[in-house]
Amino acid sequence: MSPAPTLAVVGAGPAGLSAALAAALRGVRVTLLDSAAQAGGQFYRQPAEALGARHPKALHHQWRTWERLRDGLAQQVSAGRVQHMTERHVWFVERVGEVPEGRDPGNPDGRGPGGSDRRHFAVHALPGPEQEDSVAVYADAVVLATGGYEKVLPFPGWTLPGVLTAGGAQAMLKGGLVLPGRTAVVAGAGPLLMPVAVGLAAAGAEVAALVEAAGPSHFAGRSAALAAHPDKLAEGVGYLAQLLRHRVPLAARHTVVEAHGKDSVEAVTIAALDPAGRVRPGTERRIACDTLAVGHGMLPHTDLAEGLGCRVDGVNVAVDAEQRTDVPGVWAAGETIGIGGAALSLAEGHIAGRSAAARLRGAAPDPRTWAAAAKSRTRARKFAAALAAVYVPPAHWAEQLRDDTLVCRCEEVPASAVREAVEELGATDARSVKLLTRAGMGWCQGRMCSAAVAGLAGCEERSARRPFARPVPLGVLARATDEQAPEGGPADDEQNPS
Amino acid sequence: MSKRTPLNLAGARPGPPHTVTFDGREIPALPGQTVAAALWTAGVVSWRTTRHRGEPRGVFCGIGVCFDCLVEVNGRINQRACLVPAAPGDEIRTQDGDGHGVDGPGERR
Ligand SMILES: Cc1cc2nc3c(=O)[nH]c(=O)nc-3n(C[C@H](O)[C@H](O)[C@H](O)COP(=O)(O)OP(=O)(O)OC[C@H]3O[C@@H](n4cnc5c(N)ncnc54)[C@H](O)[C@@H]3O)c2cc1C
Ligand code: FES
Repeated sequence: MSPAPTLAVVGAGPAGLSAALAAALRGVRVTLLDSAAQAGGQFYRQPAEALGARHPKALHHQWRTWERLRDGLAQQVSAGRVQHMTERHVWFVERVGEVPEGRDPGNPDGRGPGGSDRRHFAVHALPGPEQEDSVAVYADAVVLATGGYEKVLPFPGWTLPGVLTAGGAQAMLKGGLVLPGRTAVVAGAGPLLMPVAVGLAAAGAEVAALVEAAGPSHFAGRSAALAAHPDKLAEGVGYLAQLLRHRVPLAARHTVVEAHGKDSVEAVTIAALDPAGRVRPGTERRIACDTLAVGHGMLPHTDLAEGLGCRVDGVNVAVDAEQRTDVPGVWAAGETIGIGGAALSLAEGHIAGRSAAARLRGAAPDPRTWAAAAKSRTRARKFAAALAAVYVPPAHWAEQLRDDTLVCRCEEVPASAVREAVEELGATDARSVKLLTRAGMGWCQGRMCSAAVAGLAGCEERSARRPFARPVPLGVLARATDEQAPEGGPADDEQNPS
Repeated sequence: MSKRTPLNLAGARPGPPHTVTFDGREIPALPGQTVAAALWTAGVVSWRTTRHRGEPRGVFCGIGVCFDCLVEVNGRINQRACLVPAAPGDEIRTQDGDGHGVDGPGERR
């Protein structure tokens, strides 16, 4: 009997979990890798086990779906169909025609039935939290489900301690059961702000204001598109009710113009926005707080796809109706192909897992078998598009920047340097700005400043084409190939990576 | 009636706290918490100063992406406080500038 085909799924959030389960239930042996210690991704981030949380549900929404994913994963793991590798920071996925000799004790000649090359991909990961060595997992196909990260546009004071991303505040709360301070302002633009404000308030923080750039007219303009999703609207109304209950004042069509403080944030100034997205002079008011949770939307993680040579459209990994990228054997699902929320990630992951399972067995999949998931994918994409049109950052955010406001947090590049590069030296894209100013060359590799740099340079946001998804220790790069997981095959246990 | 805290809300029953030090000062930490979570609980929000302006920094993204939360733990620099669990007895120190001779991304220790 030929061995079962193998699939590596990178990312154990809603998309990766649903892909892993769909494939495992259809005869594929799955290795699920994630940098976190527990499955769940951003939406279903779980408290660290040692914290002994008896009611993690209190921090979450759509808990029933999580129970289904969690229990499904446990079943597939105990049946030996899924191996869940936690704390694996994947830095590179590589196409390997053939596994080099002696590198794969489980399958020494690297060949499958009939001598065919079965193992097409090596997934290279740094086991955490130290991330000092690298191990490789080999698989016939890969699903990339790495999600995204939050985007923040700069403003004076945004580098003060106590200013953090809205999702980051939520992640620290869900994962570590901690709050950054006592009094928080939640600000920016986007559907993430409401759940974050509700989460912080429910956990005991005083939320002094929810400051949202969108206003009633934005919603009114989209009411038809939004009304087509009564379930989602009900969710939004539920959040609003909770904000009221926690007495969180809502400042719609407002923006933060500055965060104040010496060693950490002590107050923020907010102001109303005019219809064009400019601050209305004279509307400024100051709110005391020790935390500012801020976000202006999200960006997909595309590095692994780019490393494989997959086509990326703008900032999103491009896929077809089956969630296949243009590189054979590589699927992508969830927010890595475009920001759209957990429900969309679930549907896309399911389709990716089913398509991969069929194709790994050499069969053309029948899309009718996943019609329900395809339908919810279509609906969720329409809803995400409607939301994206409503929640736009203030058009003239850059007018708030002072000369010394940092744009690149890592390399400490001020707005004046970026403006000089654009206005005087003629830079018209992020790459030239980077070469002229070092903006985007630091530790985060431009993830935190790319949106701002693109805005200041007046160019489209595009993915940055980073060589690796994680900083890689030089020693690892110096070794031509990785140490491999001792037992070889993806479904085998990986021990003592060294 | 207990106070509204994240631990109460989630019905947490963590094991007994252990002790770590931050710049020599003892602070309690709960099993399972990251270095960043332990420092926040102790009221500390910054543990790094930047290379050029010497400005304080702490958690920004909270998920390992921004590298603003770099800190020294047991003599090892450039650890991301939002990812690294706090272990009993850990010596956590403020990382000043590049934390000695690190040239940037891709290089460690
Ligand atoms: C910090 C943060 C907090 C959020 N909180 C909420 C919230 O409270 N409510 C809400 O509705 N939405 C929230 N979101 C939006 C969230 O992205 C979606 O709701 C949903 O989680 C997307 O699912 P996904 O499976 O596509 O990606 P994710 O849930 O992001 O899952 C991706 C997984 O891939 C892993 N990963 C990424 N890169 C690598 C790598 N190189 N190697 C190994 N593993 C990797 C990550 O650890 C993560 O577990 C948040 C987003 C962020 C960034
Ligand atoms: S806070 Fe961004 S990496 Fe830790």
